[in-house]
Amino acid sequence: MIGLMEPCCEHCTHTVETPCRDYILCRIKGPLCHSSDECAAKFGVAVEETLYGSEGIRVSVGMSTCGLASGAQAVYDSLRGELTLRNLDAKLVKTGCIGSCYAEVIVEVSKKGYPTAIYSDVTPGRVRQILNSYLAGDASGAFALRSKPGKIQGEKAVPLLEELEFFKYQRRRIIKNCGVIDPGSIEEYIIHGGYQALTRVLKGMTPEAVISEVTASGLRGRGGAGFPTGVKWKICSQVPGGVKYVICNADEGDPGAFMNRLTVEGDPHKVLEGLIIAGYATGAHEGYIFVRAEKPMMAEHLETAIGQAKRFGLLGSNILGSGYSFDIKLMLSAGAFVCGEETALIAAIEGKRAMPRQRPPFPATQGLWDKPTTINNVETLAHVPMILSEGAKKYGSVGSEKSKGTKVYCLAGKVERTGAAEVPVGTTIRRLVFDIGGGVASGKKFKAVQIGGPSGGCLPESYLDLPLDYESLQSAGAMMGSGGIVIIDEDTCVVEFAKYFLNFTTAESCGKCSPCRIGLQRMLERITGITEGKGSEGDLADLRDLSEAVAYSSLCALGRTAPNPVLSTMKYFPEEYMAHIEGKTCPSHVCTSLIKGYNVSVDLCRGCGLCVKNCPAGAISLTKPALGGQGKASIDKTKCVRCGQCVNECAFDAIAEEW
Amino acid sequence: MDSPSEATSQKELVDKIYPHFRDYHPVQSALIPILQEVQAEVGYLPTSALTRVSELLELPLSHVYGVVTFYHQFRLRPKGRHMITICRGTACHVQGSLDLFNFINQELGMALPQDTSGDGLFTVQQVRCLGACGLAPVVKIDEMAYGRLDCAKMRRILRTFKGGGEAE
Repeated sequence: MIGLMEPCCEHCTHTVETPCRDYILCRIKGPLCHSSDECAAKFGVAVEETLYGSEGIRVSVGMSTCGLASGAQAVYDSLRGELTLRNLDAKLVKTGCIGSCYAEVIVEVSKKGYPTAIYSDVTPGRVRQILNSYLAGDASGAFALRSKPGKIQGEKAVPLLEELEFFKYQRRRIIKNCGVIDPGSIEEYIIHGGYQALTRVLKGMTPEAVISEVTASGLRGRGGAGFPTGVKWKICSQVPGGVKYVICNADEGDPGAFMNRLTVEGDPHKVLEGLIIAGYATGAHEGYIFVRAEKPMMAEHLETAIGQAKRFGLLGSNILGSGYSFDIKLMLSAGAFVCGEETALIAAIEGKRAMPRQRPPFPATQGLWDKPTTINNVETLAHVPMILSEGAKKYGSVGSEKSKGTKVYCLAGKVERTGAAEVPVGTTIRRLVFDIGGGVASGKKFKAVQIGGPSGGCLPESYLDLPLDYESLQSAGAMMGSGGIVIIDEDTCVVEFAKYFLNFTTAESCGKCSPCRIGLQRMLERITGITEGKGSEGDLADLRDLSEAVAYSSLCALGRTAPNPVLSTMKYFPEEYMAHIEGKTCPSHVCTSLIKGYNVSVDLCRGCGLCVKNCPAGAISLTKPALGGQGKASIDKTKCVRCGQCVNECAFDAIAEEW
Repeated sequence: MDSPSEATSQKELVDKIYPHFRDYHPVQSALIPILQEVQAEVGYLPTSALTRVSELLELPLSHVYGVVTFYHQFRLRPKGRHMITICRGTACHVQGSLDLFNFINQELGMALPQDTSGDGLFTVQQVRCLGACGLAPVVKIDEMAYGRLDCAKMRRILRTFKGGGEAE
């Protein structure tokens, strides 16, 4: 028996020093350099062992950040205990996330001959019962099955994974391994087709051919701006000079977006493979991955993956005997939203404050250390292996006219099914939010979707049939951004929501140019005034003027797009602004400064005194009724600071806000 | 200001860390990784450590300070025993993370701009986004993340920490 990455016999000579170009293909189709049934069988066994252990059973737990926050570690420990008790040498694996955050903790069990069953909302207490029934041939109670061969009880009642509403409309291509493979195992990546694109590229393609393939695929940058990736590579490759760099931007800082985290935590080698190919195509021999410190698991998995790739000669000198050398350095971002801007990111890697500079010169000609530099987002790079292994034509068979392929969107906020979904570019908002996401949670009324984070816009119900592609979004006043979609319902005040984003962009403004530094501050003051009932129509005019000035004259995209949340909410929800300004009230009951006061229900109040004790302003007292009996709380409106503490503390729901 | 003995040990720490970053060219680009390493060891960035970093990298102290204050990750004051990190991303905001933040401060008897509880047990920080948006609102205590929180759950979790034990 051999490990998958080990030589099958003395014919295999692959080492880091003496690399073989067929090393990867040989693992799954081998042996290629000689003919031997015995060696082929060795590889077959190695694949089986890697996936299923010696007893043909594989149990996996989704343990990316969202899984862990839902309690996956306890489930994992419990599974390990159960398997030990049963003396089963099953393969117990920590996988990434299949994207259905709403169903965490996810456990997947498969036994050879049986269909793989996926269980949702697993707690440590359910683990024993799940194993008992599945191993006895009964899949009842599972969330979904991966196939239905008619070999297990309860099959009929359990849907296939792709039949579930959340998965039905998806085209999972770049996140298809997430939640399936062990992200800490290069073997599993290779079994699932990994590093075949790199093999194809290094074996027979010139850098020019790679670039034309990527250009032909129609891939556009998934980080936000949507610049054609092939064109970007071409510009950089044509700049003369020996030293060039490629940078993978994994500094995902857009609130509401976590597709990069999901991709890297679930399938880190795919990003490495994309980056190596980008390096080869553009003529770079050094790559950087700039990863956010707030998402430490991304860095951990990338570090492991880089170590493995080096160990087997997929990074370093003379990769797979091609003569091409490439190395990757991991840099931990110290956290600044403006790093989404390429020149700011470069400054951060150089050890400076992340402040953007004037462009041109663009990084493609003058980037890191003034050398030609290509910067691609995680998601963009994750598309690259597929384009090169399956060809541009097949890749471009999905998507819209102007933007090909798929895009991962994150659904969060007031939506029934939260998570990450990969769909063709051009899918409508309705499909994502209502069909995949299941609509607004807990029966509330849909208000809007916020797309593209602090640079994006807020779109109302009338835009639900808008196709999600770069052009349509821009014309609607939103932006693809990184693809985070936050759903808000009637309980969210759009004015306060716009204020939230201005707070964000004001704090994240690097301070270099005054339109952004000062303009956003002035906008924040206006909008804060409105939420506090101090606004006038003149403030709306000011907000429009300031938005125009900031958008027109800021140095970088952070400033240029920062007014979007304000402009879009003003455009689509003018009545909410007017309610704050003229009516001095907040229709969503969010802006607490506009609370007129609190009323105590004499019927419900039991006179317990909890509100009296907790009122920070000393505005509440207990008044004894004239006829004696239980005292009742009474609030002095002149002293009340409208903090809402009494409403929160009252155990009898006796105090209500007056709007 | 650091006491003389603290200053010496912090200077020694920087001297110990610095050689690991020899392969950075130019050496100034190691500034952020070195600061991250110092903070991982000490919990914050003491003045004497910053001074030593500026000497070794031949960067003006003002440049070092400029970088430290620019990025969210760095802090210039000691932190409490446990770090409570509240996600203030959009999804968490919509699901009430601001209320949660105020609640935690209140539970710990703190008022802004104070960020560390009087007993030194907790430091509370807000971050832009932890990326667990599907489970909003999310709070991390040290390395452990908790999702789908409300004030009542938060109170229970805080109590287990106050009681000295780690929460499940």
